[in-house]
Amino acid sequence: MPLNAKDIKVGDTYSEQVCKNLSRTQIVQYAGASGDYNPVHHDQLYVEEIAGYPSVFAHGMLTMGLTGKMLTNYIGDGRLTAFGVRFTAQVFPGATLTATATITDIREEEGNQIADMDVSTVDEEGVEVVKGTASARLDA
Amino acid sequence: MAVDRFPIEAGHVIMFARSIGEVNDIYYNEDYAKGAEPGAILAPPTFVQASAQFDSDYFLRPKIGQEWFGSAKGPTGITPSEPSGGDTKKSSGGGGLHAEQRYVYHKPIKVGDVLSAITKPGASWEKEGRRGGNLMFTESVTEYRDQNGDLVVTATSVGVRTERPATVKE
Repeated sequence: MPLNAKDIKVGDTYSEQVCKNLSRTQIVQYAGASGDYNPVHHDQLYVEEIAGYPSVFAHGMLTMGLTGKMLTNYIGDGRLTAFGVRFTAQVFPGATLTATATITDIREEEGNQIADMDVSTVDEEGVEVVKGTASARLDA
Repeated sequence: MAVDRFPIEAGHVIMFARSIGEVNDIYYNEDYAKGAEPGAILAPPTFVQASAQFDSDYFLRPKIGQEWFGSAKGPTGITPSEPSGGDTKKSSGGGGLHAEQRYVYHKPIKVGDVLSAITKPGASWEKEGRRGGNLMFTESVTEYRDQNGDLVVTATSVGVRTERPATVKE
């Protein structure tokens, strides 16, 4: 159900656990679906010996996709008008991620009610892995 | 990058939705979607990234008959003795890291749409990083249009190349 402007106010937050104990297999699923087969995301031998990272890590876009799931569950399907993030830390297998949206403004634009949000996703230790903003069209 | 034809296919949307742990029927169930506001199965908000599957030159997909820089028996499939083989140092990190991604949505993307995409280079800048040494950022802007020529999504991507691997958190 789309979110109604009457039911929210600035400062409201919505949180969701968007992955638990992230598996290497889920990262491989994302590689296969997205088409990004960069070995740093699935190839432990390459990652340790060539790229110089301690472990494979999730695609930034997997973390953004997981974060987007929280947003669409909150604001409704097909309602996003903008969504942008910075990838602030790498996400490694085993991560449990919680994504949060905070309403920062409710405004009118071309006859539509629009909610602006801050978006943040943190891992199980509270380290922020994604930080950004989103906007969505509300019911009025 | 230019993608001439990016068909939005139901099976591809299902695979993508599964990979991000989505259970929302709007991505899986045509009957449900027909009765919901969008009226058709939607593509998730970050789905356009999968246009890479339809980019014939996409560099992060093994090309049939060519060496691949990921591991085979050894840590990289690139044969160092071959002049045509890639520079393994250059391939470290597999082309840098993704620093930032922004989408502006103009119109929902539905199964059955056929998109095309054109990418233009954006700004580039350098910054001294705390962990990865000197950081080189480059931006690119991709416009996705549907079969009617309507703009559906504008995607801005910022990539970063680091001098050395960004270390893990302790």
